[in-house]
Amino acid sequence: MENISVFRGERLVLDRVGFTLDAGDALLLTGPNGAGKSTLLRVLAGLRKPEGGHVLWSGVDALADRSQHAGRVAYLGHQDALKLGLTLRENLTLAARASGGNPDLCMKSLNISGLADLPARMLSAGQKRRAALARVLLAQAPLWLLDEPSLGLDINTMGLLGTLFAAHRQAGGIVIATTHVPLPLPNARTLALPGLNESDIPQPMEDFPEDDLL
Amino acid sequence: MKFQIPSLIMAILERDLRLALRHGADTLGAVLFFILAGALFPLALGPSPELLRRMAPGIVWVCALLAALLPLDRLFGAELEDGSLDQLLMTGLPASLIALAKMMAHWLTTGLPLLLAAGPLAIMLGMPSGSMVVLLTGLFLGTLILSLIGGMAASVVLGARRGGVLLPLLVLPLTTPALIFGAAALDAAQTGLSWGPDLELLGAFLAAAIPLCPLAAGAGLRAAVE
Repeated sequence: MENISVFRGERLVLDRVGFTLDAGDALLLTGPNGAGKSTLLRVLAGLRKPEGGHVLWSGVDALADRSQHAGRVAYLGHQDALKLGLTLRENLTLAARASGGNPDLCMKSLNISGLADLPARMLSAGQKRRAALARVLLAQAPLWLLDEPSLGLDINTMGLLGTLFAAHRQAGGIVIATTHVPLPLPNARTLALPGLNESDIPQPMEDFPEDDLL
Repeated sequence: MKFQIPSLIMAILERDLRLALRHGADTLGAVLFFILAGALFPLALGPSPELLRRMAPGIVWVCALLAALLPLDRLFGAELEDGSLDQLLMTGLPASLIALAKMMAHWLTTGLPLLLAAGPLAIMLGMPSGSMVVLLTGLFLGTLILSLIGGMAASVVLGARRGGVLLPLLVLPLTTPALIFGAAALDAAQTGLSWGPDLELLGAFLAAAIPLCPLAAGAGLRAAVE
C-alpha cells in the first residue's frame, strides 16, 4: 500500500540515497554528525526540495502537491516548536485543528495530561520533547519522521515511546527516525549515511593528545 | 482538506492573538512608540498651533509607518527560530495562506491599536475634528497595506543575517505610495478640496497588495525553511 522510495543526488550532503519502505516498516537513519540525516528527513517531509531525485508515495511523486503530502506526514524536528507563552493544550490546538485529532488523548498517551494547563516555559526539556511527540501522535499521519525523538527522554518515556511505535506500525504506519542511541523499534532497518569522505574533513588537531583536553 | 482552510487560518490568528495578549509589553511597545514619537514633534518644532495643525497629517502617517515596522522583525523570525514555522507548513495550509494569516495577526495586534491611538494623537496635534474621518479611513487602509507589504518583506529577509536592518530599507520605499495618498487626502480635506480620489487610490493599492503580498511572502517562507 505505502511505498516510498527516495533517490536524491545532492552534491554536498546526500549523494543518491535511495530506499523503499512498506506499511508497518521502520527505518533508522544513522551516521556521523553532518551526514545529512536531518536534511533527508526534511526532504521526506516536503520542507526542502531535493536538488535531484524524487520522493515517491505509492508510486506517485509526493512533493508535487506539498500541501497534500503534509497531511500524510508527522514531522518532529530538532526543536520542539512550542510557544513558551502558551499552555501545553494551546500549543497543540493548531495541530489538532489540522488533523481533527483529540489533544487530550494524545497528551494522556505521553503521560503529560497533568501539565496540560501549564505554560510551556515551565516545562523541562524532556517534558517539552514529550509535548512535541504528542503533536506527532495528534497528526494521525501514516508517516512519522522523527529527528532524534529520544532527546531528553527518561527511561519510562522510552518505554512509552516503544508502545506508541508498535501501535503505529501495527496500524500500518511507517516510522523513519534519526538517532544516535538505540530506539525501541524492533526489526527496524538501518540506513547508515556515510557522511563526508575522510579526506574532505579538515583535521588540524590530528596528533593532539586527547587526554590533554580533559 | 479544502474545507479546513478557514478554520486553520482562524487557529493561527487565535494563537497569535493569545500570544500577543500574554506578551502584552511587546504589543503595547509599537503603540507607545507611535504616541511618543508623535509627542516629540511639538517639542522639536515649537508649540505653534498653526504649524502643528498643518503638519499633523504627515506626522501621524510617518509615525504610524515607523511604529508598524517595529514588530515585523519577530513576525516570522520567532516562528523560524523555535521551529514553529516547520510545524505551520506541516499543517498542510499553503504557505501563502500561512503568510496571510500572520499578516492579519500583525494588523490586529499592531495596525488596529495604532488606528485607535491615531485619533488622540491627531487631536493632541490640533487637527480639526472635521478631517478625523478622513484620517481614520486613510489610516485603516494604510495600516492594512503596511501589514501586507511588511509581512512580505519580513518573509523575504527571513533567515538573512541582519535581517532587522534590511527590513525598513525594504518596507519604507514600498509603502511610500500609501503615505503620499494618505497624507494627500488629509491635506485635501483640510484645505476643503475633494479627498475621495486619494482614498480611492489607497484602496486600489490595497486591492493589488491583498493577492500579491501573501503570494510573495509564501515563497519567502518556503525558501526560509530550505
